[in-house]
Amino acid sequence: MEKEILEHGFNFNRRRFLSRLSLGLGSAALGSLMIPDLFGGNSADDDSLPPGIPHFAPKAKRVIYLFQNGAPSQQELFDYKPKLRAMMGQEIPPSVRGTQRLTGMTANQASFPLVGSFVNFQQYGQSRAWVSDLFPYTAKIVDDLCIVKSMYTEAINHDPALTFLQTGSQQGNRPSMGSWLSYGLGNENKNLPNFTVLLSRGIGNGQGVYSKLWSNGFLDSIHQGVQFSKGEDPVLYLRDPEGMDRHARRDMLDNLAQLNDMAYQEFGDPEITAKVKQYEMAYRMQTAVPEVMDLSKESDDIIKLYGPECLVPGTFAANCLLARKLSENGVRFVQLYHQGWDQHGNLPFEIAKQAKDVDQASAALVTDLKQRGLLDETLVIWGGEFGRTSYTQGKLTADNYGRDHHPRCFTIWMAGGGIKPGIVYGETDELGYNIAQNPVHVHDFQATILHQMGLNHEKLIFKHLGRRYRLTDVSGKVVNDLIA
Amino acid sequence: MLKWSFYLICVFVGITGTFQACNTGSSNRGEEEKLPDVVSYNFDIRPILSDKCLACHGPDANKREAGLRLDIAENAFKALQENPTAHALVAGKPELSEAYLRISTQDTSLLMPPPSSNLKLTAHQIKLIEKWIKQGAKYEKHWAFVAPKKPALPEVDQKEWPKNEIDYFVLHKQEQKGLSPNEEADKERLLKRLSLDLTGLPPSLQLMDQFMADNSANAYEKAVDQLLKNPAYGEKMALHWLDLARYADSHGYQDDGYRTQWPWRDWVIHAFNKNMHYNDFVTWQLAGDLLPNSTKEQLLATGFNRNHKITEEGGVIPEEYRISYVTDRTDLFGKGLLGVTMECAHCHDHKYDPFSQKEYYQLFAFFNNVKEVGIESVIGGPETYAKKPLMEISDAEVKNILTFVNKPDTNRLIVSVMGDLEPDTSRKTYILKRGVYDAPGDEVQAGTPSSILPFNANYPKNRLGLAQWLFDKKNPLTARVYVNLLWQEFFGKGIVKTSGDFGMQGDLPTNPELLDWLAVDFMSHNWDIKRLVKQMVTSATYRQSAVITPEKLKVDPDNVYLARGPRYRIPAEFVKDLVLSSSGLLNRTIGGPSVKPYQPPGLWEGATSGRGLLSTYVQDHGAKLYRRGMYTLIKRTVPPPSMAIFDASNRDLCEVKRLKTNTPLQALVMMNDPTVLEASRVLAANLLQEKTEAKDKITKAFRLIVGRKPREKEVEMLTAYYEKELKEIKKPVAEKALAVGEYPIPAQIDRMKLAAMMRVVSTIYNLEETITKT
Repeated sequence: MEKEILEHGFNFNRRRFLSRLSLGLGSAALGSLMIPDLFGGNSADDDSLPPGIPHFAPKAKRVIYLFQNGAPSQQELFDYKPKLRAMMGQEIPPSVRGTQRLTGMTANQASFPLVGSFVNFQQYGQSRAWVSDLFPYTAKIVDDLCIVKSMYTEAINHDPALTFLQTGSQQGNRPSMGSWLSYGLGNENKNLPNFTVLLSRGIGNGQGVYSKLWSNGFLDSIHQGVQFSKGEDPVLYLRDPEGMDRHARRDMLDNLAQLNDMAYQEFGDPEITAKVKQYEMAYRMQTAVPEVMDLSKESDDIIKLYGPECLVPGTFAANCLLARKLSENGVRFVQLYHQGWDQHGNLPFEIAKQAKDVDQASAALVTDLKQRGLLDETLVIWGGEFGRTSYTQGKLTADNYGRDHHPRCFTIWMAGGGIKPGIVYGETDELGYNIAQNPVHVHDFQATILHQMGLNHEKLIFKHLGRRYRLTDVSGKVVNDLIA
Repeated sequence: MLKWSFYLICVFVGITGTFQACNTGSSNRGEEEKLPDVVSYNFDIRPILSDKCLACHGPDANKREAGLRLDIAENAFKALQENPTAHALVAGKPELSEAYLRISTQDTSLLMPPPSSNLKLTAHQIKLIEKWIKQGAKYEKHWAFVAPKKPALPEVDQKEWPKNEIDYFVLHKQEQKGLSPNEEADKERLLKRLSLDLTGLPPSLQLMDQFMADNSANAYEKAVDQLLKNPAYGEKMALHWLDLARYADSHGYQDDGYRTQWPWRDWVIHAFNKNMHYNDFVTWQLAGDLLPNSTKEQLLATGFNRNHKITEEGGVIPEEYRISYVTDRTDLFGKGLLGVTMECAHCHDHKYDPFSQKEYYQLFAFFNNVKEVGIESVIGGPETYAKKPLMEISDAEVKNILTFVNKPDTNRLIVSVMGDLEPDTSRKTYILKRGVYDAPGDEVQAGTPSSILPFNANYPKNRLGLAQWLFDKKNPLTARVYVNLLWQEFFGKGIVKTSGDFGMQGDLPTNPELLDWLAVDFMSHNWDIKRLVKQMVTSATYRQSAVITPEKLKVDPDNVYLARGPRYRIPAEFVKDLVLSSSGLLNRTIGGPSVKPYQPPGLWEGATSGRGLLSTYVQDHGAKLYRRGMYTLIKRTVPPPSMAIFDASNRDLCEVKRLKTNTPLQALVMMNDPTVLEASRVLAANLLQEKTEAKDKITKAFRLIVGRKPREKEVEMLTAYYEKELKEIKKPVAEKALAVGEYPIPAQIDRMKLAAMMRVVSTIYNLEETITKT
């Protein structure tokens, strides 16, 4: 809330724009890009830019967001804090805790003893990034990752925090990030939805995900996230009824088109021809979606890379593999949600299994994209909605503890899409409670994602009920240090 | 460039107060666009200021740059703070008006709006401002904040066309634009439109036959009266109110547990059916508990203000959520009833409209004394299905007084309603800095935005007084806003397109005189809703054919001038109703607990915390499968998918206008949803049991579904399709095709014919015209 200052960081002019191009992009890439004249004085209204065209040369074309729903504990995964072990059981100093508000779950706790991680950490790669032993596969690809340890948010409960990360506002009813990108950049693939959603669930304490998270809000519903699920009907209502083969469906659609055309001849309403086109798109989706869902043509090496679970539909591993295929086929935004990271108690047991669930496949996705030459143009994001406290929630015993919600700092990683590989950005204090260096607000993070996609977050606007809305609401600045 | 001249000012003064052409602004930006002879502040200039200038030079004191305020004449003409010899505006002299110089300069360091704001004025807008200054830079109060006066009926050339007053205003605009109205729609199309608009259901065969056979002059009016008496009218009218009042069957938020708020929904249907007038209808909902000798029914009506989401997530900070409930009510009052976006003033002074943050919290104060807590209980059993304050509805009450509540069993039934704290324990209201729940500023007393209408000191300072203020005939918004909502229901778009925002950033009315005439007429007829509905649907404007000629498509693509009838895809719930009704499956029960019809498996299970009654979807069976779409249970976090695909509201917040999109997912629903397939099978079976030819069966199906007799060619094509399918379909394939839905298949039926006919019927359901009001 205190970030209500408009940043004008990306006030481009032509000269800056051109110099950016000459530095950042090969001329071959430049040739094929459509760049509208944003800078001339003649355009009618610069906030009504035709959607479907980037504001400037993009670095990434597609996003795969591996959302870790429930808020993974950074102290057990990336944010190595030996001091916490040293101070195990001691009360968190009031100077560190400050006036931070607490959730109702720990607000009445009599004491707030610090708790060190049960798991060990080691440094990896050329970046020497610390990664916990729970993430052996992720540890191997740290040189491809940009680990941000200084994310922070404004919300302290799951629903508003998730909604905030996805839509830029804690209250519902605004478009999700994927919807904004679909609106801003249009579709690369005419047979698949532009924004797809894949759900999976780990064994840990779960928090719901809900379709409002992939809502188009006030944007046209073609920008709505389309959930792909396991089972025979990967997209709702996709499958033709029993007994209706492709030939019969084609027949039906041909009849339908002719009948609709008669109505068009009478009424002249362009909506009628639009409807016919939507039926044809639906028909193409009926073939394209099962094709993309079919993992049988994947090589043994790929299966090995993602792990055997990737052949079990609905698992995180299967969804990662599917995400690659969707993205490869031009789907602009693939949003995964993996539930089960809400370790208020019993953390050491739950998080170990939860981590095992996602480690191999997350790393495999990055490796797979890289070996296909797609990582440069695909931005992969991994992370949850907030962090967890350095003190225990509930009782601290020799081998068990929990951690409560913590909005002040958390860790995410990004890979590809023109983000600097092999860096660790931002630091928390030695107790992992406050950010010590380079804070990144959720709106900054969103602004950076849009920037990588060639969109100025202050210009990607939709006017609704008299107000101009943005994904980044009224704040946010691109974090240039993260950009390669 | 013209020199400034004073005579223009005289011209301007001469016609001040009359409204100008309505299509300035967004729709008409062509190079050739002409400047109006007289530039209107309200219709030409304010939209520019509001959109491009007021964020920094407007009502928000905290964001004001250079101390300059352009929305108030006095401030704009004052010497500039930074340069006392200069003035932002000098009447008649653009060349001395700093504001004009700064918007027209080539120097980007001086240019306004600054390039960094990403805002820019077009050349046309700059010329408009120049001309307005030349003409005296005369300010007017925002049109929507001036109480409407009943304008005289305008003169029209085609005097025989109008059927009632609406038509004079509409035709006048058309004639100015060189347009003329379409002829009346054919009777079949007209009846379908009317039936869908008044009942949300397609006309029955009986009604079609009756209407077609009735050649009397008032045949149409008779049909209108008949449909207005149909109890489905109440259901149809309730739907938009349920969106506005964000009615749902779950509490929302993380766990999204079940709630029993449906008796309030039953009341809304009842109220529309007995034609409760709008002032009473809303007063009961706002303040039924505060009325003298308040009845149980009046208390139930106040459920309106408790339909908002309520958290059951353990660990939240209660006050944060309690504040959000009060905020939700305040915003609903603003958007739904007043048509202004009050929520902007939740965190700061409104940037465009003259509402201060203080005024927001004064309005907020009316809703801040409810005997409620931020979190009453975590997700649990029946005791959590309503939150205090609540009312219990006994079986005796259902039998005697609340007869419209469709209570199916003898279980305890509770509903969340309003009820304030006793005066000695009442809460104080403070301005919340930046809108944050734990950052109270100055204390405020209940009050209303003075720019709309000051609060009459004789009114009690509670919700009842607020309702009196709302229905004060001097209130410039209430009637206009509701009249506009209804117009939107019948004509597809409001006269003010932004039906939730009549403020300065909202769209201007396309026909301001018509809006005002309707609003004043509505008030002077004591807010009679059915009368207003009848007025709209009996107008010649409404009865026009929906045919779009290429000329009209070019001149008026959005049908702003209403020179053709409305042609729109019907809302999600009515798509389902049409399918069920035409197939004969529809269960006409009104009200009661919401139902769980067919839904693709795994949706609730895949997106849940795993807690509570709604964590798994247990589908209903039998008659409950065939209830109207509006009775489908709405779980807020996973709303019914086939409805969401057709743009139904997720009921998160007040919604006054649905999108009307057209997507491939909608095609998939119509082709593959078991609801549609089952209806196709059932209708096909009904038809096959009649002793008629195939083409007669197809004709009947077409009439039932599309609402008109098919053309010969249509029957030929569909009959040929039937014959082909019958020939090609194989027995096992037919059996598979029939195995959809739970409704039984008649034993004696020819299953090959049934499968073939089912495909034909399903094809008719998929016609664009079927789910379109034509």
